[in-house]
Amino acid sequence: MITTTHYMMLSVALFTLGVIGVLTRRNVIIVLMSIELMLNAVNINFVAFSHQLQNDVGQVFAVFVVVIAAAEAAVGLGIILALYRNTETVNIDEMNLLRW
Amino acid sequence: MVETLIVPLIMIVIVIVAVLTAVIYMVLLERKVQAWVQVRYGPMRVGYRGLLQTVADTLKLFLKEDITPARADKWVFTVAPIMVLVPSLIAFAVIPLSRDLTLFGLKFPGQIADVNVGLLYIISVGSMGVYGIILGGWSSNSKFPLLGSLRSSAQLISYEIAVTMTLVTVIMLSGTLSLAGIVKSQLAQGWWFGFMQPVAFFIYFAGGLAETNRAPFDLPEAEQELVGGFHTEYSGMRFAFFFLAEYTNMMVISAVATTLFMGGWLQPFPNVLWLGFLGYIPGWVWFLLKTFGFLYVFLWVRATFPRYRYDQLMRLGWKWLIPLAILNLVVTGLVKVLV
Amino acid sequence: MAEAVAFYIVAALILGFGVLVITAKSAVHSILFLVADFLCVAALYVMLEAQFLAVIQVMVYAGGILVLYLFVVMLVNLKRPPEAHRDPHRLGRLGAVLAAAIFVELAAIFAVGWTKPAEVQGTLSPNNVEQIGRALYTEYLIPFELASVLLLVAMIGAIILAKREL
Repeated sequence: MITTTHYMMLSVALFTLGVIGVLTRRNVIIVLMSIELMLNAVNINFVAFSHQLQNDVGQVFAVFVVVIAAAEAAVGLGIILALYRNTETVNIDEMNLLRW
Repeated sequence: MVETLIVPLIMIVIVIVAVLTAVIYMVLLERKVQAWVQVRYGPMRVGYRGLLQTVADTLKLFLKEDITPARADKWVFTVAPIMVLVPSLIAFAVIPLSRDLTLFGLKFPGQIADVNVGLLYIISVGSMGVYGIILGGWSSNSKFPLLGSLRSSAQLISYEIAVTMTLVTVIMLSGTLSLAGIVKSQLAQGWWFGFMQPVAFFIYFAGGLAETNRAPFDLPEAEQELVGGFHTEYSGMRFAFFFLAEYTNMMVISAVATTLFMGGWLQPFPNVLWLGFLGYIPGWVWFLLKTFGFLYVFLWVRATFPRYRYDQLMRLGWKWLIPLAILNLVVTGLVKVLV
Repeated sequence: MAEAVAFYIVAALILGFGVLVITAKSAVHSILFLVADFLCVAALYVMLEAQFLAVIQVMVYAGGILVLYLFVVMLVNLKRPPEAHRDPHRLGRLGAVLAAAIFVELAAIFAVGWTKPAEVQGTLSPNNVEQIGRALYTEYLIPFELASVLLLVAMIGAIILAKREL
């Protein structure tokens, strides 16, 4: 019997994977993709609760999360392209012009 | 148990066999139609008047050497043809082929699966088809395929927008997203949506030509322009997959156009009583006739029109078709509210 | 029974592909694993009777956003191999710390979660799209319009950021 708790645990595990990806990878595009993983984990949580409470709020909110993720991906990738044109790298360790 | 497992399995086998056979004979039909337009005969030697030509072609492709470029990304190179073919094939799962039949005591529904978001499902698997093209070009690790694939995928995603907006107008007219429901609503309203929405029909078909990389929008894969586009480095069965995928895509566009705009499996004039004898011809025969009509128009257009240059192509998609589709959407909404 | 089998298979695929996303060496492979991951998440949504969200997930996420990522990776990968500098131990240390923290959190969920679940608070009609559409246009109209403005701003911003010369 699959309860909401199973879906919550899946969502937590996926969120952890996203956090690990953000903190340990140096390629900034992979960092953005790990953020997408985190957003998906949150979506799974929303939809699981929408299914349990038989209410559509969760699904509506998940749609909005998808919209925000699309906007954020577009702008984030635009920033990466602009950075790449100036510094010739996508390694975030090397983007340290503001350091002392 | 039998109904939920065996019946869809039988239907899947029938649909896949039918689609692949049709695709194989489309290759031959294309060469024949182009030949007749150009006042010549086309392939005539293999089989009776060239009917076995594609069998010979397939055998040839099977037996060719399977080359992978030296520094290509091996896994992605292998997966790319699969990623082009699979989305086209699975789009046939929701297309209604006939009314619900009862054969040999088993109830056969008109389509393999009546998903309540059928039209969105077709759009979404269509947008998954872009991956095979991008990856095929990128993984070949060579200039012409990369350029061809980037151009081709940019063209695809640009025309996807106009096509999706025309499908929204169809949804507004029918009130449901399920394809079986759309055919039934055409029966209920008496008019096929192609006559109620001619602009949407035209935009869908023009966008469909661009989505399948067919003439006059076939710059990314034309031999005179870019060697072979994104399938330059592929040989043997992998090339056959790309080829199959292109024709299967054409069939999907034709089948969806038939379902949405031309009444699917309905006979002509379904609500006119004295033409009821047309109902004795089974629904799937009408569906096949209409789909092949569209496929013939695909081939006819290829033989007739010159090719668009790439910037003309992109300008047409973004600056003409999308505003036209939006205008159509607004007008349809206004008419539905006010009338 | 069948639902349990399906859930465990899909969940294993989601987590497996997630691990492959964050550990693949080539960015293009990461993106492909993420595509597979999103398709499995869409399957999960279908199991949760959120069909509209499932097709939106495939259409927008897997078919739109990740194509954008793929384009950018191909534009950026052309000259040098990715991740030229990387501390090989950093992944291990940080990953172990995070995994431990999450394990504690999961144990807490287990301990608290097996109590009485909250009651049903509404109805989910089988016509999923109509219900979500109705909600979006009546109760959540303002967020809907704001989302459209946000997308417009994001479009303009992305074009300006990525142009070669203004």
